Amino acid sequence: MATSDDPATTVPAPQGAVAARTEARIPAGTGPWRIAARRLRRNHVALGFGALFVVLVAVAMFAPLFAESIAKTGPNTNHLADTIEVDGETVNVVELDGVPIGPQFLAADGRFMLGADGNGRDVMVRLLYGARNSLFIGLTAAVITMVLAVTFGVLAGYFRGWTDAFISRALDILWAFPVLLLGVALGVSLSLGGLDLGFILIEGSSLWIPTLIIGVVGIVYLARPIRGQVLSLREKEFVEAARAQGAGDLRIMFSELLPNLVSTILVFVPVLVANAILLEAALSFLGAGVQPPDPSWGTMLADGIDLLITSPHLTIAPGLMLVLTVLSLNVFGDGVRDALDPRAKVRREP
Amino acid sequence: MAAFVIRRVLAMGFVLFAVSVLVFLIFNVIPNGDPAARMAGKNVTPQVVEAIRVEWGFDKSLPVQYATTMQKLFTGDLVSYDNRVNVVDEIVRGIPRTFALTIGAAIIWLVAGVALGLFTAMRAGHWTDRLVTVLALVGISMPVFWLGALAAYYLGYKAGIFPNGGYSPISEDGLFSWVHHLLLPWVVLATLFIGVYSRVVRSTVLDTINDDYVRTARAKGLPERHVMTRHVLRNSLIPVVTLWGLDFGLAIGGGAILTETVFDLQGVGQYFAESIGRLDVPPVMAVTMFGAFFIVVFNTLVDIVYALLDPRIRLQ
Repeated sequence: MATSDDPATTVPAPQGAVAARTEARIPAGTGPWRIAARRLRRNHVALGFGALFVVLVAVAMFAPLFAESIAKTGPNTNHLADTIEVDGETVNVVELDGVPIGPQFLAADGRFMLGADGNGRDVMVRLLYGARNSLFIGLTAAVITMVLAVTFGVLAGYFRGWTDAFISRALDILWAFPVLLLGVALGVSLSLGGLDLGFILIEGSSLWIPTLIIGVVGIVYLARPIRGQVLSLREKEFVEAARAQGAGDLRIMFSELLPNLVSTILVFVPVLVANAILLEAALSFLGAGVQPPDPSWGTMLADGIDLLITSPHLTIAPGLMLVLTVLSLNVFGDGVRDALDPRAKVRREP
Repeated sequence: MAAFVIRRVLAMGFVLFAVSVLVFLIFNVIPNGDPAARMAGKNVTPQVVEAIRVEWGFDKSLPVQYATTMQKLFTGDLVSYDNRVNVVDEIVRGIPRTFALTIGAAIIWLVAGVALGLFTAMRAGHWTDRLVTVLALVGISMPVFWLGALAAYYLGYKAGIFPNGGYSPISEDGLFSWVHHLLLPWVVLATLFIGVYSRVVRSTVLDTINDDYVRTARAKGLPERHVMTRHVLRNSLIPVVTLWGLDFGLAIGGGAILTETVFDLQGVGQYFAESIGRLDVPPVMAVTMFGAFFIVVFNTLVDIVYALLDPRIRLQ
C-alpha cells in the first residue's frame, strides 16, 4: 500500500467523487434540475462571475445616461479642435501632433475619464456604447446559433436518411471552412451592398450583418452534439411510448426530445456567447465586423492598436472589458457545466 | 480499412469542391453591384468599365467564371485584381512564415498544455491547481490580437527585449534571429491552446487515475513515476493528440491570421487580411482554399488514425 509520503495518497478523488460526497444529504427523489440548481448555488465563484456579467450588461444599458449627464458627449462626436478644463488648466483634447489626451479619471468632471481617441472622441462613452454593440452581437448571435443548430440537429437526428445526409454534409462543409476566413469573406462581401432577403433589406453598415454571420458560423459546434444525442434519444422507450399513443413527428420532437436536450443546450450557451464576442472582436479588427464609426470593442481595439505607441490606453481599455466579459462568461459557463453535466465536452476556436 | 480511407479521401475532395464553390458565390453573387464598376473606381467612362468587364471575364456566365478561376488557381496563373501580382507565388512566399509560426506554436502548446495539465491533475484541489486553472481560463478569454499587440508593445517596443514584429528568415540572419523574432508570436498564438489543453489533460488524467488498471499497476509495486507516465499519461493522451491534429489544421488554415497580422510576419494569413481590405477576390479565394485544404487534410488524418486505434469507428 502507499505510504503517507507517496504522491498517490495526496491525489484527491476527481470532481465526481467530491460531488457525490457533498450530495449525500440530497433527499432521494429530488429532481435533476433541483440538484443542478443546488450545485450551482454552492459554486460561489461561478455565481460571482455570473453576477459580474449581469453588472456589465446593466452598465452597458446605462450608456446613454452616462453620455448625456456626465460625459456630455455622444459616442461618435469628434472633439478634434476642442479643449477641456483639467484642474483649472485648459488642455487640448487632441494635441497638434495628433496625440489624444490620456485618461483623466475624475480630473475633468467626468469628461474623458478614459481619455480620447485619435478623433477626439470620449473613450469612456465609446466603451459603454461599444459594450452595447458587442453584447448585443454576442447574445443575439448565440440565440441565432442555438435556434438554427437545434433545428438542424433535431431534424437530422430524428428523420435520419436523406435529411440527415443533407444536413450532415452541409455541416461538414461549414466545418471545413476556416471560421475566421469565412466570417471575414462574408463580412466584407455583405457590407458592400447589404443583404437583400427579398422581404427585408439589411444595410451594409447594420449590426445585423456581423450578428448573422457569427450566428451562422457557430452552428457546427452545437448542431453535431445535438444530432448525436437525438440519434440515441429517438430509440428510447419513452419515444416509442409516445409514438404508440399516436403522437406525430412534431409532437415527439417538441414534447419528448426537446426537454431532454435542454441541459446540453444550457451548457453551450455561455460559451457560445463568449465565443461570439471574441469572434466579433476578431472580425471588427480585420475590418469585416462592425463598421465605423459605430463603436464596438473590436473596432475600438482596431483603432487603438494603430495608435498603440503614443496612446496605449486606447488598446488597454476595450481589451480589458473584453477579457472581463469573456472571462465572466467562461467561469460561469464552467459552473453551469459542472452543475448540469460534469462530463460535457465543449470545443473552442482560436 | 482501405475502404474507409478511400471513403474519407473522396469525402475530402467533395468538401473542398463545395468550399471553393461557396467562396466563389460569396464574392460573385452576394455583393450588390457590378464588380467591373467597383474595380474601375469613380468617374470613368462606360467604355472603361466595359473593357474591364471583358478583360476579367465578368461578362461570362458564373459557371464559366468559376471554372476559369479554378483552372488558373491550379495552373498557378491566378493574378490578383490589384497590381496583377501572381497569387500562387505570393502564397508560396508566405508558406514558410506561416508554417514556422504554427509549427512552433503547436509544439509549445502541446508540451506546455500537457505539462500543466499533468501538474494540476496531480495536485487537484491544491492552491497551485486553482491558480493554474484560473490562468488557463484567462488565457482562453483573451483576444489573441490584443495579447499580441500588448506583448509586442511592452516586451518589444518599450523593453526592447524582442524585435517589434517582423520575420527574419534563417537563410538571411541565422537561427538566433529567426527564433528571436518568432518567440513572442509563438507564445501568443499558443496561449489560448495551452489554456484549453491543460484543462483537457487535467480532466482526462483525473478520469484515468482512478481506473482499475492504474490501481493494479500501483498494487504490483510499480514506482509512482512509472505509473503516471506509462499508465495514466499514455492513455490520457489519445484525446489530446486527436485534438492537436485538428487544432493544428485550424491554426494553419486561418487561425494564425490575427497573430501574423499583429506581428507583421507577412505569412499567408496576413496576405489574406491585406487582400480583403482591397476587395481583391482572387487571393481571398486562393487563401481560403489553402486553409480549407489543411483543415480537411488534418481532419481526415485524425479520422484515419482514430480508426486505426479504434476499429469500431470504421463501420460508421
